[in-house]
Amino acid sequence: MDKKIYIEPIFKKNPVTVLVLGICSSLAVTVKLEPAVVMAISVTIVTGFSSFIISIIRNTIPNRIRIIVQLVVVAMLVILVDQILQAYTYDVSKQLSVFVGLIITNCIIMGRIEAYALGNKPLPSLVDGLANGAGYGLILIVIAFVRELFGSGTLYGFKIIPDAWYIKNGGFYENNGLFILPPMALILVGLIIWVQRSISKDLIEKN
Amino acid sequence: MDTNKNLYTIVYSTIIVVIVAAALAYASEYLKPMQERNKEIEKKQSILKSVNLGLEAATATDKSTYIESEYSKYIKDTTIQNGDKTLDMYICTLDSKDKVFIVPVHGVGLWGPIWGYVAFKSDLNTIYGATFDHKGETPGLGSDINTPWFGGQFKDKQIFKDGQFVSVKVVKGGADKSNPNEVDAISGGTITSKGLEKMLIDSFGEYLDYFKSQLSKAVTTPSDSLTIQADSLAKAPVDSVKQTIKK
Repeated sequence: MDKKIYIEPIFKKNPVTVLVLGICSSLAVTVKLEPAVVMAISVTIVTGFSSFIISIIRNTIPNRIRIIVQLVVVAMLVILVDQILQAYTYDVSKQLSVFVGLIITNCIIMGRIEAYALGNKPLPSLVDGLANGAGYGLILIVIAFVRELFGSGTLYGFKIIPDAWYIKNGGFYENNGLFILPPMALILVGLIIWVQRSISKDLIEKN
Repeated sequence: MDTNKNLYTIVYSTIIVVIVAAALAYASEYLKPMQERNKEIEKKQSILKSVNLGLEAATATDKSTYIESEYSKYIKDTTIQNGDKTLDMYICTLDSKDKVFIVPVHGVGLWGPIWGYVAFKSDLNTIYGATFDHKGETPGLGSDINTPWFGGQFKDKQIFKDGQFVSVKVVKGGADKSNPNEVDAISGGTITSKGLEKMLIDSFGEYLDYFKSQLSKAVTTPSDSLTIQADSLAKAPVDSVKQTIKK
């Protein structure tokens, strides 16, 4: 198998920062680290297995209802993930609430199925899906790390900023409310894209 | 085979849908008992939390068993009759043998339902404790109604003011801490806070007649009326003295 399939989506062809897919949910679930991690895992599983299943049946799908068939498969996997989360990790599923259902609308999933799984064998499609999910998850976790630290003063629910630092306790520090709001996530995505393009110059368009 | 024929398309989509539906139905049936139990445990934990019990759930080795045993130890499910309506009420007997009355509250936040449990001391006016939760309020903003600091604010607040029902107001920009009828709203969670305020008014409203009847019983007890008389007697001479000074 070509190494590129699972290396590139992490950095060079990262779905969020290079292909600019899945921006919507990376703004919504990155206020805290824990939901971001669960979301990253869930999306990775759904992208991987939807690509795998679609790739298996790719030669039988009637072209005219191609998108509908893809959606049915993706929706099935998302509902399964949601049900399993509700049964085994109830507290986390409560935090993610609507966003699990919204995995269906994550552009990365349909994007990878259309761009890769429809034209490739099942195993490479599975790896491609998983790697893209991981690339997405990586960005999600980086953004959530920054937002939770500066917006809530915690990481994964643990207090990082000492209580005594806060103004209400006589200190000098105040959590930055902007980090909790979605616009800050967009600014952070922009910063990550900037840093990434400074590192690998070949990503910059010629004209 | 030509995959673009109408008949093929129809048969194909039918088969796909049937397979997916069967898989989902099976998963749903298989996982349902666990989900129902999670919900039941969560409800019991919320009720315990409103009276500051069951706090070791996070560290307990078996959370469900721990919650179940604590619940059966302290809480008794009951209903009260308010007119022709039957309302749920949970009575908690504390270690100090004091009885606390817990009522469920239900309402609407910004994105979906919000709910909670409010525990009253035996005067049915002073709040002993409260806990709230939500289906899908904005994380980090409205979702903070389920944090201990928000629910904790309700401790010792009162829903009656001079015998009138005023509920507990959720005040934006900082509540007066000494006011027994106000708590702080959540900054950035205005609609959730407003929804919560309305939820309290609506839900307490259902219990209001029952509360009032219990309250009037309490006021007419001999000991209470005696103190009221004593108070008015004590005030009377002072007022008349003040008036004579003014003259």
